[in-house]
Amino acid sequence: MIETLQQRVNADAGLVRRGRYLTTTFLLEVGRTSWLISIFEGRIVQVASGPFVMPSSSFALRASEEDWQKFWSRRPPPGSNDLMALIKRRALKAEGNLQVFMSHLRYFKEALAKLRAEGAAA
Amino acid sequence: MSATFEPITGRYMHLDLFGRPHRIYVEEAGEGTPLLCLHTAGSDGRQYRGLMNDARVTSKHRVIAFDMPWHGKSSPPAGWHDEEYQLTSVQYTTMVLEISAALGLDRPILIGCSIGGRIALHLALEHPESFRAIIGLQAGAHVDPYYDLNFLHRSDVHGGEVCGAIVSGLVGPDAPDKERWETLWHYMQGGPGVFKGDLYFYKLDGDIRGRVAQIDTRRCPLFLLSGEYDYSCTPEETLAVANSIPGCEVIIMMGLGHFPMSEDPQAFLAHLLPVLEKIGAK
Repeated sequence: MIETLQQRVNADAGLVRRGRYLTTTFLLEVGRTSWLISIFEGRIVQVASGPFVMPSSSFALRASEEDWQKFWSRRPPPGSNDLMALIKRRALKAEGNLQVFMSHLRYFKEALAKLRAEGAAA
Repeated sequence: MSATFEPITGRYMHLDLFGRPHRIYVEEAGEGTPLLCLHTAGSDGRQYRGLMNDARVTSKHRVIAFDMPWHGKSSPPAGWHDEEYQLTSVQYTTMVLEISAALGLDRPILIGCSIGGRIALHLALEHPESFRAIIGLQAGAHVDPYYDLNFLHRSDVHGGEVCGAIVSGLVGPDAPDKERWETLWHYMQGGPGVFKGDLYFYKLDGDIRGRVAQIDTRRCPLFLLSGEYDYSCTPEETLAVANSIPGCEVIIMMGLGHFPMSEDPQAFLAHLLPVLEKIGAK
């Protein structure tokens, strides 16, 4: 499912436009599975699946598979409806150079919400 | 197409607060029992546009909202450019009481959301005689910081973008898009460091956990209304406060988030109108 992120994000012209000053690679961990997601000027150019020997990224977002599945459900329950809600519950760990994450917070929230079940709101 | 006007009028009040002259923007609509409205951190009085435009409220109430100094159309005091803004419990209490007195309000109903809900608890405890009833929205006794607040005010992060994005998930899932994005726009318009300065009160200075159980609802009725989807002040936190205060009435508003009056005025009014009626009958 994570592989579809590239197509889903790049198909949203407004999202790509809002990320036009964003070029980075970040690490996404879903339980024990890790992904390196590379963004160039707002477009996702690569979604690579681990395991990695020496993953290099600007920051990492780590949560259990169960917590991500709630976040990606069609109508996430309270406490699972937003990245900041997950962080508040200590269910999501954001680590690394978080200036990249926070300066493009709306982008990352909306990009990761693209993995929600079809028809769900961002 | 002909223009239409809302029944809201705005004025600028000049008032000394904390020993300094201030220029404060005050809006109001309606006639009757005064209903003084306090906005959330980093936003302004526009959050109460839904109440001010609803005849069910304004036919019986004079609805008043002011923009706190530094917020909305209220200026920061002269000299602000060399200061770091930090809101304290003492300043906030003084501001509400002085503005209410300057407007000549006779024991208004107070309604405040988030930081406004927190100061509502402080006022219920310390100045119950000044209000005929107090309504706290998204009111908890304390919130621990859950992110690095410095990101709200640093030159390599756009303040408007980050303030809007930080709070976007606090809007409930059923909010109409128009009201959701209006609510977020107010956050995006805040001055540099203002949201962060308000959170000094919300997350550090304004902790009232140790004293909240001393609120006496016989001296001033207290109503707490909280949205189900608020993860900043969760329903559990509001229920904990309500359960510790004898006589406090509490309503958890399903589907709503942290900005009920602004994110979905119609859904919120369904909860608020019966509370106003109950207060009117007392």
